Formats: sequence, structure tokens, C-alpha cells
Amino acid sequence: MRRLSVIVNAALASRAFYPVVWLACLTPALLLGWRVYEAFTGADPSALGVNPTETLLHMTGRDALSLLLLTLTITPIRRLTGWNRLQSIRRTLGVWSFAYALMHVTCYVVFDQLGDIAGIWDDVANRPFITMGMLAFSILLVLAGTSTNASIRWLGRRWQRLHRLVYVAAAAAVVHFVWGQKADIREPLEWAAYLAVLFAIRIGLAVRKRRRAVQAAVTP
Amino acid sequence: MILKTRTSADLPWSEVTPEPIYRSRREFLRTGVAGITGAAVAALAACGTAEVAEAQTTLASTPNPKYVATAADTLNTFEQITTYNNFYEFGSEKGDPAKYAGKLTVKPWSVKVDGMVSKPGTYGVEDLVDFKALEERVYRHRCVEAWSMVIPWIGVPLASVLNKVGPMPSATFVEFTTLERPSEMPGQRTNILQWPYVEGLRMDEAMHPLAFMVIGLYGKVLPNQNGAPLRIHVPWKYGFKSGKSIVRIRFTSRQPLNTWQIAAPNEYGFYANVNPNVPHPRWSQAHERRLPNFFSNTPTQMFNGYGDQVASLYTGMDLKKNF
Repeated sequence: MRRLSVIVNAALASRAFYPVVWLACLTPALLLGWRVYEAFTGADPSALGVNPTETLLHMTGRDALSLLLLTLTITPIRRLTGWNRLQSIRRTLGVWSFAYALMHVTCYVVFDQLGDIAGIWDDVANRPFITMGMLAFSILLVLAGTSTNASIRWLGRRWQRLHRLVYVAAAAAVVHFVWGQKADIREPLEWAAYLAVLFAIRIGLAVRKRRRAVQAAVTP
Repeated sequence: MILKTRTSADLPWSEVTPEPIYRSRREFLRTGVAGITGAAVAALAACGTAEVAEAQTTLASTPNPKYVATAADTLNTFEQITTYNNFYEFGSEKGDPAKYAGKLTVKPWSVKVDGMVSKPGTYGVEDLVDFKALEERVYRHRCVEAWSMVIPWIGVPLASVLNKVGPMPSATFVEFTTLERPSEMPGQRTNILQWPYVEGLRMDEAMHPLAFMVIGLYGKVLPNQNGAPLRIHVPWKYGFKSGKSIVRIRFTSRQPLNTWQIAAPNEYGFYANVNPNVPHPRWSQAHERRLPNFFSNTPTQMFNGYGDQVASLYTGMDLKKNF
């Protein structure tokens, strides 16, 4: 374990670490963009399958959700292992999650709703499945918008409180996924289970911290 | 609209080796290499039968001039129709039926006819379908998920099938049951839906000349993933009303409970007529994506555009309540 930690810490400290993470986040978007190009130009009309918009919505939605849950996994891993350098990519992953969510919403607005504001509002107001998705997206929009160093300085302690909303966004995104299914909810339930594990670890860490604080207070 | 021009590299679909035959050839090679002569001979025999079956898959029919492709309704390709399917018996992903339905045994096939009918019994496909009367009809197929395709089906009017077994006047509904065979239908090993799949129609809907009993498409015997060997197509209703791989036809005086209504009664009703004015609880039904189009820019028509022929079936009914 100690040996592993040495290797991991060396990797995290490497100059290549950040560019590799960034490239890994970008690659799915590039691959998808290439398939959109092939399908749109007719170079390969079936590049995105028979229902291209459905493919785009599913892929960008999954990418956004997995990056969001990965973002939330950083702190527990760091706290449990002490690989503190991981913290440096948390914001990057979070912003990339927003980027995929933005592609997801753009596909919905452009291909499904043809930019019709009344149609979008009808969906948001009347269809809980869409309401949940839009709630998650709106939170990510605010969080991405306040992710700059200047915002962090400006908001001070309020920044952390605001950014705890990321848990609400993750829960809303998973509910959006569940409610989007016709009958087979096995996959979204796996995501929900993972999110529950993340919540449990967070609660566990918070309880441990409080207990230590209490112990420190009573120990003479 | 995406236009595809055929290049010399594109194989016509008829020249593609079907997966089961491909697999049986692989099997033959493998067993042959192993040097087990008996098994190799058996595999060779199986390979031979499969190729004979392949030769028989063309199906002659007369095009019905009333239902043909038009500029607004251009045909989807055979590949599109046979690789993007909702057939939960094989899995809930659209590609699952094409992937897994090859293993389904469709010969021999029998259909149990019972309930309020003068000639109950067990029938073969040839007993129910008059192969000399086969016609080709191009129908719009509108899924409840707001996408649609245009498909050249081959079959006979459903009424001609039902008339062969003599429904009693007391029968006001007819129920269609899909095959339940988990050993060949992997989706049925999960409980994502209640099995077997059941659908039903009011008797006057089933006897309507538009209601079609399908055994083929694109001049070929129906591929398994599309509901072989026998399926319904009711073009003015959402796709889930059209049961596939039918093994039982039951005549009754009580409205059948269809599978999707059992699964989510607030989302799927018994009638399920295509209706742009009644939104699904999770999406509007006002527009549809005519696949493989990106944009959901085809306005959905009342009764999927067949209103002039079927609207009279529902005179005086509140279609918002009876969705």
C-alpha cells in the first residue's frame, strides 16, 4: 500500500498529470463530434445509429453524470488515502461535467424542441422528468459560473455553502435518469446506488470529524 | 433529410450473410479443426439447412396501391427497420432484438385460438394466413417514444385471419399474447415487464380493413427481431399496441389489460391512438422524429394520419380520457 502510494503520488506530481486528465475529459466529446460530422455530412449516415438524437442524448447524459459522480469521488478518495494532489483536478472534472450537461441540453433544445421556448417551458413546467433534469443543469450552470478563482475569493465562506448544491444536482440528475426510463430502471439504479455510497462515506467522515472534535474538547 | 447514394462498396442487404449462418459456419470450422468428424458432419448438415432456409426467405406479394411510399413518407431501409427495435423480450436496448433474436425458433409455430369463438383450436401460420392473398402495404409506424418509421409490411388484413376462426357475436374484444420462452428470449429472464406480453383491440378495431396481420417486410419473411413469424400492425395506434410473435388469440367480452397499461397505467392506456393533443406524462406527442432524422420536426397527425378511415370508430368518445 505504501509502495502504491509512492507511485500514485509521483504520478499525481508529474507534469503530465493535469494534461492527461484534461485530454481524457475531452476525448469523448471529440469522438462524438466526429460521429456527428459523419452522420450530418452523409459520410457515414449510420455513424450515430438509427436514432442519432437519442444516441447523442444518451451519450452526453451518461458522460455528464459519470463526470459529476467522479468529481464527488475525489474528496472521499483523498481523505481515505491521503493522495492530496487529487484535489487539483476536482474543479476540472466538475466543469467538464457541466460541459457535457450543456451538450446534452443543447441537443434537447436544438433537435427535440427546435429552439421553441414555449415547448421547452411546457416540458419544464409539466413533465417532472424534464423538471429534474433542468434543476440539475441549472445548479451545474451556477456552480460552473462561480468556479473561477475570482469567484472563490469574492464569495469567501459562502462559496463552499453554495457549492454543496452539487449533491442536489447529482441527486436530481439520477432521479432524471430514473424517471426517463419506460420500464427498465436497472442502470439508473446502479448510478443511484453509487451516489448513495458517496453520501454514506461523506456522512461517515463528518461523524468521525465531529467525534474527534468532541474527544479533543473533553480530553484534558 | 440525409440522402444516401450507393457506392460500389455498399453490399445490398440480400448479399449479407445472416448471423446464424455465419455462426454455424464458424462452428463448422471450429469443430472441423478439432477433428471430430461426426460433429463436423452434423454442423455441415445444419449449415446446409440454414442456407436452404435463407433461399426461402423471399416472400411474394402484391403491392396494395392504396398504401405506397410517397414523397412525404419515404421508406426506411431494411437495415434501419431491423436493427432498431423495441422488443423487450430480447432486452430493453434498441439493438438487443437484432443481437439476440437470431436464436428464436419460429418453426414449428402454433397459435392457440380460444374464448368466444366458434372454431377454437391450435392453428399453424399457414392455417391463419392465406399466402395467395399476401399484399404489401407501406404503413407509417409511430412509436409512443415520439419517433416514427415508414415500413413496407407484407401480410393480410387481420379481419381475414379472425374470420377464419369465427368470432362469436358476444366477443367484443380480442386479445393477442406474445410467445413466452425465456430460454430463447433473454429479456424474459428479467422482470422489467410482466410476461407474457399481452395486447388487445376492440373487435371493431381488429376487424377494420387497416388492421394488418404481418408475416414479412421488404419482400422477405419477417425477421425474428420484428416479431416473426406472425405479428399485428395497427397503423393508427402507437407501436406497442401491435403485438409480436403471437401464440394466442383469445376472444372475450371484457376489455383486456395490456402489458404496458399494467406497467404504468398513467402513461399507457388501452386505446393508445396516436394523438398529438394528448401528451405522454414525460414528453409531448405533438411532434415526432422521422428516423433517421436528427430533428423532431414532423408534426404528429391525429390517428397517425389515418383519421379519415378510423376516426368514426371513436365517435362520441373522450380520447383524452381513453388515451
